[in-house]
Amino acid sequence: MHRRGWYLLLLLPFVGTLLPPLYNHARPTLFGMPFFYWYQLGWVLVTAALLGAVVVLTRDRNGV
Amino acid sequence: MSSAGVVLSVAVAGVTVLGFLAARWGRGNLADLEQWALGGRSFGTVVSWFLLGGDLYTAYTFIAVPALVYGVGALGFFAVPYATISYPIALVVLSRFWGIARRRGYVTAADFVRDRFGDRTLELAIAWTGVAAALPYIALQLVGMRAVFAQFGLLGAGGALPALTIAFVLLAAYTYTSGLRAPALIAFVKDTLIYATVIAALVVIPSRLGGWAHVFATSAARLASRPHPSSIYLAPSQYFTYATMAFGSALSLFIYPHSITSVLAARSREVIRRNAALLPIYSLLLGLLALLGYCALSAGIAPKDASSVVPLLFARYFPSWFTGLADAAIVIGALVPAAIMCIGAANLFASNVFREFSAQRSSVETATAKIVTIAIAAFALLFIFFVPVPYAIDFQLLGGALMLQIFPAFVFGLWTRWFHPKALLAGWASGLIVSCGMAYESGFTSNFTLHAFGASLTGFIALYSLAVNLLISIALTLVLRISGANAGVDRTSAADFA
Repeated sequence: MHRRGWYLLLLLPFVGTLLPPLYNHARPTLFGMPFFYWYQLGWVLVTAALLGAVVVLTRDRNGV
Repeated sequence: MSSAGVVLSVAVAGVTVLGFLAARWGRGNLADLEQWALGGRSFGTVVSWFLLGGDLYTAYTFIAVPALVYGVGALGFFAVPYATISYPIALVVLSRFWGIARRRGYVTAADFVRDRFGDRTLELAIAWTGVAAALPYIALQLVGMRAVFAQFGLLGAGGALPALTIAFVLLAAYTYTSGLRAPALIAFVKDTLIYATVIAALVVIPSRLGGWAHVFATSAARLASRPHPSSIYLAPSQYFTYATMAFGSALSLFIYPHSITSVLAARSREVIRRNAALLPIYSLLLGLLALLGYCALSAGIAPKDASSVVPLLFARYFPSWFTGLADAAIVIGALVPAAIMCIGAANLFASNVFREFSAQRSSVETATAKIVTIAIAAFALLFIFFVPVPYAIDFQLLGGALMLQIFPAFVFGLWTRWFHPKALLAGWASGLIVSCGMAYESGFTSNFTLHAFGASLTGFIALYSLAVNLLISIALTLVLRISGANAGVDRTSAADFA
């Protein structure tokens, strides 16, 4: 049952993306993109990685 | 005919053949509702990835998101956090729903609500909400197609109308014949085309415009010099709007009937779980595509209708045959979700409106769903001919707000039977009234400004009405529980959720 704790990782994307004052900036830029844009695109990748981790870590032992 | 026109026609003809051939895929008895409507619940990780991707990221999305960024700047980028946080929600909610749906044979969300709360009126409310939200959404897929057909100079002469009609009649025919297997198979073509064209666009267009730094700089200048200036950054007054739009949209994405239909077609719970982690690849694509809105601004593209921004951008930077591929991606990208939306809405009608209480599904139910699919496609076509496009968008926004009002009964219902069904019904009705009222007051935009204590807060209407819905549901449940009112029969058991 303790494996359920991994699901708490999934709260991070909500904190990271739903507070615009955190990232509503021009700098630092990446490939000429303002921070506002590449930061949010970055969260797409981070969220996918977190989801992948949670899916693996909470998998039932019988694999179903 | 231009080479773009040839490529487009060949692609549409090709997927039509695929759509009919899909009936032979997997050898299911298509008179069985689970075979016709859910592909026999047999799709593995890869098929589900294409199907869900083809279903959720519609042509309208690919047209409208860049158009919104082109039109309003940073605020239009809310689609990216929306498409990010949708998946943690999907992982938790859908894997639980998939389990009980498989065990108890549900085809719709309203099937679950009927079983869980034993209230016919609540079931009907959930079902009709889904149908009402699906209709304008299907109609908007036609807007995406029409933007493409307009490129061929067809629209002015009214010539886009026969093209649209032919495409949609073909769609209705193969969906009738093959059910969900048709869009599932066509989704492979759609997504291959979408990835190929979008990646090519992102490689070619920004560098032709002098790089991203230049694209953002010129876009910022152009947005600032408009009669209604906007910016490539959010104004502080937009923070709450941005966050509520992203969060509210994410909550409603997976409770739409077309999402439920695709999810229930998965073979196992693990397929859903894996896809929650794999589908964000599409979100990345969507985010990059949104930035094409700035490329269009930077390139000085000035269409009469913002939905033409992406097709015009492709026409300017690519040879005709490649533009034809991009146009095919948009048209096929509209046909796939439109087919699934028709099936999802038809399932609600057949399984929840038409069907009497019965554990047995019959071939009559399948026949009903098939006929209703055609009726819905026809209705969507008429809708787009007779309702001006801005109204279709208004209806779709309103539909999204209505859709979210099933959240307490459906999603909270997956974990708790604490709510009283009549309280949920009252909450749903209040949410509906608040949505319509706020939409009317705000002139059918997606946001409403609340004024209280000398301050004002502009937020997503769907979320405001969900808050009212929840308050009413909780308060009335307390009252009904204290007064000892009969809370109806729950046919599910804890083991069903395992």
